Amino acid sequence: MVNRIVVGAHYGLRDWLLQRISAIVMAVYSVAILLCLLPRLPLTFDEWHAWFAHPVVKIGTLLFMFSLLLHAWVGVRDIFMDYVKPFGLRLGLQVLVILVLVVYALWAIALLWSV
Amino acid sequence: MKFSIYRYNPEKDDKPYMQDYEVTLQPTDRMLLDAILRIKAMDDSLGLRKSCREGVCGSDGMNINGKNGLACITPLKDLKEPVVLRPLPGLPVIRDLIVDMSQFFKQYHSIKPYLVNDNPPPQKERLQTPEDREELNGLYECVLCACCSTSCPSFWWNPDKFVGPAALLQAYRFIADTRDEATSERLDNLEDPYRLFRCHTIMNCADVCPKGLNPTEAIGKIKEQMVKRMV
Repeated sequence: MVNRIVVGAHYGLRDWLLQRISAIVMAVYSVAILLCLLPRLPLTFDEWHAWFAHPVVKIGTLLFMFSLLLHAWVGVRDIFMDYVKPFGLRLGLQVLVILVLVVYALWAIALLWSV
Repeated sequence: MKFSIYRYNPEKDDKPYMQDYEVTLQPTDRMLLDAILRIKAMDDSLGLRKSCREGVCGSDGMNINGKNGLACITPLKDLKEPVVLRPLPGLPVIRDLIVDMSQFFKQYHSIKPYLVNDNPPPQKERLQTPEDREELNGLYECVLCACCSTSCPSFWWNPDKFVGPAALLQAYRFIADTRDEATSERLDNLEDPYRLFRCHTIMNCADVCPKGLNPTEAIGKIKEQMVKRMV
């Protein structure tokens, strides 16, 4: 195959926006959780348990986890695009990262809903 | 004044080396280019580009003490000795301080750096309101010296795919121009993970621009237009 430089995938804006929005979600969650938990420290196991059993905390934490994973996906893919030149290897690494992130997502759901 | 200058002549040298020079300046020597021309008078094998010697032609872009700039508008009094001069980073060296700008201009041409308007031109000229004209300030002044693009790591890693700050500034110059009618095509042309979105807003471009322009801001405005178009 001839070695042509191909560009024009016509995507990128969504990912760029996603990275910014997920960053805001993570920042809001981090500040909120610190403000809520700091005054109550030190917490006993039962208090921690009750805290994470609350549906609002569960959903908030899950939203944070999803934001983190999506944010990580865009960031890691950017690193691969910059530094991994052979495209077969790049595709392989990207698939691997997606699989790992999906496992993390399922794991996070399992953890949060076991409380 | 002491200088250490990158020398490489592919016809003679196996690899590049740094050559030291010491030059006596005259009271009229104010800018770095004046000193380089004194060195050139001592050693005419030194290769560099220069033309207007007043920061308009953009041909004497080089890496000065680690930071890209135009030699002709860099005051000598601000430089720490020995002044280390290297060619613009990331582009192939033709000889000494002369780099091959083909890739840079290829990216520049890819954004169609001209007004696209298929309507028949009016008798005199296509008019703009003063407010619309205002938006072009900080965009049209670019002299294409390549100081910004060659200080951008994203351009170093993907010069064939990432448009680079200089050409993106020019892309926005035409997106912002109310007389241009190809805004949508221009945005389509840039909506690409490599062409536009390799910019990670590290702002090296704005830091080095010898004309004080801000390509990062222009890139932000292109993204803003895309978001506006999408939502």
